[in-house]
Amino acid sequence: MWRWVRQQLGFDPPHQSDTRTIYIANRFPQYGHYTPQKFIDNRIISSKYTMWNFVPKNLFEQFRRVANFYFLIIFLVQLMIDTPTSPVTSGLPLFFVITVTAIKQGYEDWLRHISDNEVNGAPVYVVRSGGLVTTRSKNIRVGDIVRVAKDESFPADLVLLSSDRLDGSCHVTTASLDGETNLKTHVAVPETAVLQTVANLDTLIAVIECQQPEADLYRFMGRMTITQQMEEIVSYFFSFYISLMERNSNSKKTPCSKKYAIPLGPESLLLRGARLKNTKEIFGVAVYTGMETKMALNYKSKSQKRSAVEKSMNTFLIIYLIILISEAIISTILKYTWQAEEKWDEPWYNQKTEHQRNSSKILKFISDFLAFLVLYNFIIPISLYVTVELQKFLGSFFIGWDLDLYHEESDEKAQVNTSDLNEELGQVEYVFTDKTGTLTENEMQFRECSINGTKYQEINGRLVSEGPTPDSSEGNLSYLTSLSHLNNLSHLATSSSFRTSPENGTELIKEHDLFFKAVSLCHTVQISSVQTDSIGDGPWQSNFAPAQLEYYASSPDEKALVEAAARFGIVFIGNSGEIMEVKTLGKLERYKLLHILEFDPDRRRMSVIVQAPSGEKLLFVKGAESSVLPACIGGEIEKTRIHVDEFALKGLRTLCMAYRQFTSKEYEEINRRLFEARTALQQREEKLAGVFQFIEKDLILLGATAVEDKLQDKVRETIEALRMAGIKVWVLTGDKHETAVSVSLSCGHFHRTMNILELLNQKSDSECAEKLGQLARRVREDHVIQHGLVVDGTSLSLALREHEKLFMDVCRNCSAVMCCRMAPLQKAKVIRLIKISPEKPITLAIGDGANDVSMIQEAHVGIGIMGKEGRQAARNSDYAIARFKFLSKLLFVHGHFYYIRIATLVQYFFYKNVCFITPQFLYQFYCLFSQQTLYDSVYLTLYNICFTSLPILIYSLLEQHIDPHVLQNKPALYRDISKNRQLSMKTFLYWTILGFSHAFIFFFGSYFLIGKDTSLLGNGQMFGNWTFGTLVFTVMVITVTAKMALETHFWTWINHLVTWGSILFYFVFSLFYGGILWPFLSSQNMYFVFIQLLSSGSAWFAIILMVVTCLFLDIVKKVFDHHFHPTNIEKAQMYSNTVAFSDEFIALQPLSRARSQLSKLRWKKIRVQSAQHMNLLKASTEGRTVGTC
Amino acid sequence: MTWSATARGAHQPDNTAFTQQRLPAWHPLLSASIALPLFFCAGLAFIGLGLGLYYSSNGIKELAYDYTGDSGTGNCSVCATAGQGRAPPPPCSCAWYFSLPELFQGPVYLYYELTNFYQNNRRYGVSRDDAQLSGLPSSLRHPVNECAPYQYSAAGLPIAPCGAIANSLFNDSFSLWHQRQPNGPYVEVPLDRTGIAWWTDYHVKFRNPPLVNGSLALAFQGTAPPPNWHRPVYELSPDPNNTGFINQDFVVWMRTAALPTFRKLYARIRQGNYSAGLPRGAYRVNITYNYPVRAFNGHKRLIFSSISWMGGKNPFLGIAYLVVGSLCILVGFVMLAVYIRCQDQNDDDEDDE
Repeated sequence: MWRWVRQQLGFDPPHQSDTRTIYIANRFPQYGHYTPQKFIDNRIISSKYTMWNFVPKNLFEQFRRVANFYFLIIFLVQLMIDTPTSPVTSGLPLFFVITVTAIKQGYEDWLRHISDNEVNGAPVYVVRSGGLVTTRSKNIRVGDIVRVAKDESFPADLVLLSSDRLDGSCHVTTASLDGETNLKTHVAVPETAVLQTVANLDTLIAVIECQQPEADLYRFMGRMTITQQMEEIVSYFFSFYISLMERNSNSKKTPCSKKYAIPLGPESLLLRGARLKNTKEIFGVAVYTGMETKMALNYKSKSQKRSAVEKSMNTFLIIYLIILISEAIISTILKYTWQAEEKWDEPWYNQKTEHQRNSSKILKFISDFLAFLVLYNFIIPISLYVTVELQKFLGSFFIGWDLDLYHEESDEKAQVNTSDLNEELGQVEYVFTDKTGTLTENEMQFRECSINGTKYQEINGRLVSEGPTPDSSEGNLSYLTSLSHLNNLSHLATSSSFRTSPENGTELIKEHDLFFKAVSLCHTVQISSVQTDSIGDGPWQSNFAPAQLEYYASSPDEKALVEAAARFGIVFIGNSGEIMEVKTLGKLERYKLLHILEFDPDRRRMSVIVQAPSGEKLLFVKGAESSVLPACIGGEIEKTRIHVDEFALKGLRTLCMAYRQFTSKEYEEINRRLFEARTALQQREEKLAGVFQFIEKDLILLGATAVEDKLQDKVRETIEALRMAGIKVWVLTGDKHETAVSVSLSCGHFHRTMNILELLNQKSDSECAEKLGQLARRVREDHVIQHGLVVDGTSLSLALREHEKLFMDVCRNCSAVMCCRMAPLQKAKVIRLIKISPEKPITLAIGDGANDVSMIQEAHVGIGIMGKEGRQAARNSDYAIARFKFLSKLLFVHGHFYYIRIATLVQYFFYKNVCFITPQFLYQFYCLFSQQTLYDSVYLTLYNICFTSLPILIYSLLEQHIDPHVLQNKPALYRDISKNRQLSMKTFLYWTILGFSHAFIFFFGSYFLIGKDTSLLGNGQMFGNWTFGTLVFTVMVITVTAKMALETHFWTWINHLVTWGSILFYFVFSLFYGGILWPFLSSQNMYFVFIQLLSSGSAWFAIILMVVTCLFLDIVKKVFDHHFHPTNIEKAQMYSNTVAFSDEFIALQPLSRARSQLSKLRWKKIRVQSAQHMNLLKASTEGRTVGTC
Repeated sequence: MTWSATARGAHQPDNTAFTQQRLPAWHPLLSASIALPLFFCAGLAFIGLGLGLYYSSNGIKELAYDYTGDSGTGNCSVCATAGQGRAPPPPCSCAWYFSLPELFQGPVYLYYELTNFYQNNRRYGVSRDDAQLSGLPSSLRHPVNECAPYQYSAAGLPIAPCGAIANSLFNDSFSLWHQRQPNGPYVEVPLDRTGIAWWTDYHVKFRNPPLVNGSLALAFQGTAPPPNWHRPVYELSPDPNNTGFINQDFVVWMRTAALPTFRKLYARIRQGNYSAGLPRGAYRVNITYNYPVRAFNGHKRLIFSSISWMGGKNPFLGIAYLVVGSLCILVGFVMLAVYIRCQDQNDDDEDDE
C-alpha cells in the first residue's frame, strides 16, 4: 500500500526495469502472481496548459524572465511604500506586456489543444474480445492489437503482426516524422504474419519484451515470445502459462524449448505519425503509447540558441541598471545632504506629520532609495522585450514568403524554425558546409567502374574499357558492348555464342557477373510497388519492362548503382519476402536473402548474405574503400586502389565491392552468432558490431564503382560571394580526400592559384605537431598567395587533441579549409573549437543529412537543406532552405536587414527611455529631491505603450536601408555589419549620449523658457508644474518620433501612417484626456493643462525650437558621415539612390557596362556620386574600405 | 497530369509587394545637396523669427521691486524684522514708492514673485484634496490622508480646504495709489482681481460645496479653517462669486508652480483711466506684509508687467532662435566649404581613372 502511494506520488518510478513486458491483446497470465507494468494511455498532450492551470502556470513562466520580474518588483515596491508614481504607472505596462504574451501563448496552446483533441479523438479499430471494435485513439492501451488501413497513420508505436500480404510486409512513409518521402518496407515476423484475420489474431498468445521508450527513431530492440498459437494443442495450454509465469518470476531464464523467441528490430516497428501506403491493412500491437511514443519523445523543444544581439542587449540592460541605481543613489544622497538643514527639510509651509517625523531613519532612507528607483525605473525599457519578440516573430515571415528562396522544382519554400536568430544571419563569419547534398545535388550518376583491375567507363549506356589493358582485344570490347545491350537483346541471352569467346572472356564474364550481381544484390533498394491498386501511383505499374522499374532508396548512391546494373543487363526485379529476384541476362534467378548487415557510418559499409540458386552462401560487401580494402585478402587490390584514387581525383564518389563464400559450417556459426546478437536486449549494438566485424573479413575484392554527384546550381558563385563578404568557408565531408579536393576545386572553394596545404594521414602526435609547425611557417612566410588547407579526420583528431592553438593558427590564415573523412561528431567538434577560439566568431553550419545534425545544432546558426536525404537536418535546423545558392540571399539580404533592423530597434529603445527619464532626474535638482514626477502618471504609463511604440516596430519590420539587389550583388557590404558593429560600445555610447543631450535640451530648454516664471500666456496667467512637465513631454514625443523618422530610409505608406499617426495620436489623446474632468479619479492634475499649453504662442515656438535643435546635431552628424566618411553601406545608399534616379538597371549590370552608362550622365552632381560608385565597386572587389575624402 | 501541376505550386509564396518586401517607398537620403539648402533656409528662417521674437519681447516692460525687507532696503524691513521668529507674524504694512517717467503701456499686470519656495515639493504638492475642492460634501467632511498634517484640526474637525498648499496661502495684499501731480493726492488705482485664474479652474475644477439654506457659511459648518488662516474659507471675499473654494487668489495659489522661483498673477489693471496702462507720475504700493519668507531664505517681489501675445518679457526665446539660426548657417558654410573641396578631389580622382 505504502509503495502504491509512493508510486502514485512519483517517488518510485513505476518502471525500474530496463525492459517492458507487453502481453499481446492484454491476455495476462491467469495464474500466479505477476506485477503488471503500468503504462500511460495513448493521449498525446502537446499543450502546455489546461483551463485550470493556465493563469498560474503562465504567470509563473512569464515572471521567470528577468525583465518581467524586475517590473513586478517595482510594482510591488510601489504598492508597499509611498512612492511618487501610482502603482498603475508600472502596473499597467506590465499588465499589458503580460497580457499580450499570455494571449499569444494561450492562443498557440489553444491551437495545440484542438489538434491534440483531433488526434486523441480519431477513431481507430482495435481487436477486442474476438472482434473489431471502434474506439478513440486515446483509449488505446499498450498491448492492444490495432488495425490500420491504407493511408491511415498509425495511432501509436506498433509492432507489426501481419499485413494483408502473405509475407507480412507493408510500406510506410514517414514524411510527417522525418520528412523522408520514400517508401520504407516494414515486415512482420513470419510467425505472426500468417495471422491475417481478427479471428486468427484472437488466438495469439504472446509476450513482447522490449526496451523502455527512447527518442531515437531508428532504434528498437525487442523480442517476441509466442506461447500459444492456434496450431498448438490445447492441452499444452497450461504448461505454457506455467512456464511463462516461471519466466516472469525468475526473470531472465533461458527460454523454454517450446517457445519461440523471435527478435524484433526497427523493421517491425511502425512509428506513430507514419502513414501506411500501398498496403490494404495491417495489424499491430501497441508497444509505446501516448507521450511515450517515439514521435512524442522527439517533440522536445530544441536547445535555446541566443543571438549575439541578445547578448549585447543584456549587457546594455546591465549598464542601464547601473545608471538607474547610481542615479537613485545620487538622488538619495543629495536629498539627505539637502535635508540636513531644517529650513529645506521642513519649512513652515510644509510640515511633516508626527508619524513621518518619528519613523526610523534607516527605513526612511531605504524607502527613499526605492522611491527614486521607482521614479527612474522607466529607463529600463519595459516594452523592449515584447517589441523584440514581436519583431522577430513577425519579421521571420518574410523569409518564408520570399519568392527568391522558393525552389520551384521541389516546391519548397524557406522554413524558419527559430525566429530568435534572424539577426544572427547578418553576423556570420564562418560557414561550415557539408558537401554531398549541400554543395551537390545528391543526384547520383553512375560513371565508371573498376572490375578486377580493369577500368570501365559508361558511355551512352555502354560499358567501355578504358586505359591500357594487357590485351585490349576486340572481343573484350564486343563482349562488353553486347553485355550492355543484353537487356534489349534478351532473346539472345541463353545463346551460347557469348560463352564461346576466348578463355579470358569466360573468366571475364564470370567476374562481371559476380560484380554486377553484387551490385544488384547488396543494397536496400525498394521497387515501388508493383501490386498497387491506386491510379495515382505512377505510370510504371502496368509496364513490367525492366527499364521502367522505379527504384526507391534512402541512399541515392545505391539507387544509381542498381539502375546502372540494370542497364548492363543484371536487373534487380524485386524481393518477395526473403527472395531477391534478379534477372541476369534475361534469365530470372532467385537468391534467398539470409541476412542484411545494415550500413552504419562507423563501419562505412554494408553487406548481405544470400543463398545463390546453386545453394552456396555468399556474402557481398559494399563500402568505402578505406573500410573494404583492408578486409580483403584476394582480388586485384593494388590495381583497384589505384583506380579508386583516379576516380576520386575526378571528383567521383567511390565504393568498393567484395564478396566472400561461406562453407555451410561457417554459415551456421555466423547464423548463430548473428541471432544471439540480434536478440540480445543489452548492448545489442556492441555485440552486433562485433559479429559484423567477424563476418566481414577475408573478403575477395571484386572491384569498385564510381558515381558522379552533380554540383548544385550556382554553388561557385555563392561560395565566391561568401568569400567576398569576408566569410570563411569550410567544407566538412565524409568523402575521400581526393574526391573532396576535386569537388572543392570545381565548386570554387579552392582556386587553382591557391597554395594547398595538406595535413593528411598523420599517425602520431609528434609527427602531427611537426607537420603543423611546417604549415604554420609556410603560411607565415607567404602572405601573397591564398592558402587552402586539407585535413582528414584522423589527422584532425590528433591536431585537435594536442595542438589546438597551432592548428587554429594555421586555419585562421587559410582562406579555405576542407576537412575530409569526417565523422558526424567530429564536424560538431570542429565547430565548437572555432566557436570558443579567442575571437568568438559567429558560425553557421549548413547540411542536408542526418550526419549533419550534430554540427547544425552546434553552430550558432544551423541551416538545413531540404534535400534527398530526408528531413532530419531540416527539422533540427534553425532555418531550412531548398538549395545552397539561397544562402547568399538569406545572409546578404535577410541577414543584413534583420541585423540593421534589430540593432536600431535595441539602440532606439534605450535612447528613447533615456530621453524619457533623464528630465525626471534633472527635475529633482529643482524640487529638493522630493521625488516629484515631471509627467503625469498617464503619460508615464503610455509613453512606451502607445506614443512611441509603433513607429519603431514598423521600422524594424520594413526598413531597407539599401536596395536588396545592391545588397545581394555587393557581398562586401556584409563586412560593414560584421562583428556586431552596429551594437558596439561606441554606437551604444553615441545613442546614450544622444539620449542624454536630447533630454538636456528638452529640460533646460523648457527651464530657460520659463525662466523666472514669466507668463507665457497672452492673458497673463501662469502655468503650473504640470504644464511644465507636459511641455517637456510634448517636445520629447515629437523629437523621439522625428528621430525615428530620420533613421528610416524606407518610407512606405505604413511608415508614414504610424510616424505621423503617433504624433497625431499624442495630440488627440492629450486634448481628450486633458479636456475631461474625471470625477472618479482623484488626480485631476491634467485638467485643461494641455490645451492651456497649446494656447500659448511661446510654447509653440519653444516646441519647434527644441525639436529642431535636438535633430540639428544629429542631421549634421549624418550629413558629415554620409559625405565625408562614408561607410560602404552609405556609399551604396547613395549609389542605389542615383540608380533610382538615372537607370534602374545599372546595379544589376556588370561593371564595364555600368561605367559606360554612368559616363553618359554628365550632370555634375551625378558625377560626384558616380565617382563614389567607382570607389565602392573598387572597394567591393578589393574587399576593403576606401574613403573618398 | 493536372493534379501534379496544382501540387507543384502548393507551397509557392504569394507574389505581392508586401510579402516580397517590395512596397513602393520613398528613400530620402540626407545628401549634402539636400541638407545644405535646408540648413541655409532653416537658418535664415530662424534668424528672422529670432529677431521678431527678440523685439517683441523687448517691447514688453517690466518693473520689479523686492519687498522682502532685507535690512536697509526700504521700509518693509521693519515688517520683516517685526515678524522674525514670531508665528503668526503681527500685522504690518509697508509701502513701495516709484515713479513712471512715461506711460507704462497697458494692459498692465501685477504679479508677486516668491523665491526658494518649493511648491513643487512632492509632499507639498500632493497635500490637497481635489475632490474636496470640487465641492464634494463627503470629501468636505473626510479629507484625504495626503492632507495630513493639515487634515483635521486640533479639535478634530476636518479642515477645509485641507492640505499644506491651502494652509500656506499667500496672504500679503497690495493696493496701488497714483499721484498725478507732484504733492497731489494719491488716487487708488483700481485692481481687477478677477480673471487671474484659469477659466477652467475657476469655473469647473473648483466648486463650492452646495449651499445650505442659501448660505455658504452653513455649508462649511463643522469644518475648521487651515491653521494659518485668520478667517474661514467662506469669508475670503465678500463677493459670493469669489469666495470659498472659488476665490481667485486661492485658485491661483492652488495651481502649484514648477520651479522654486515662481510668480503668481495678483491683479490686472485695466479699468477706468488705466485701461491704456499706467500714466506717468508717482505711485505708491501699499503692502500688507503678512507672509514670512525669511525662514527659508525666500524673497518676495512685486512685478508690474505688460503682456503681449507671447506673454511676459521673455528674451530667451528670441536669443535661442538667433543662436540656433546662426549655428545652422555657420554649419552650412562649413559644410559647403568641405563639400566643394571634396568635389574637386573627386573630379581629380575621376580624371585619374
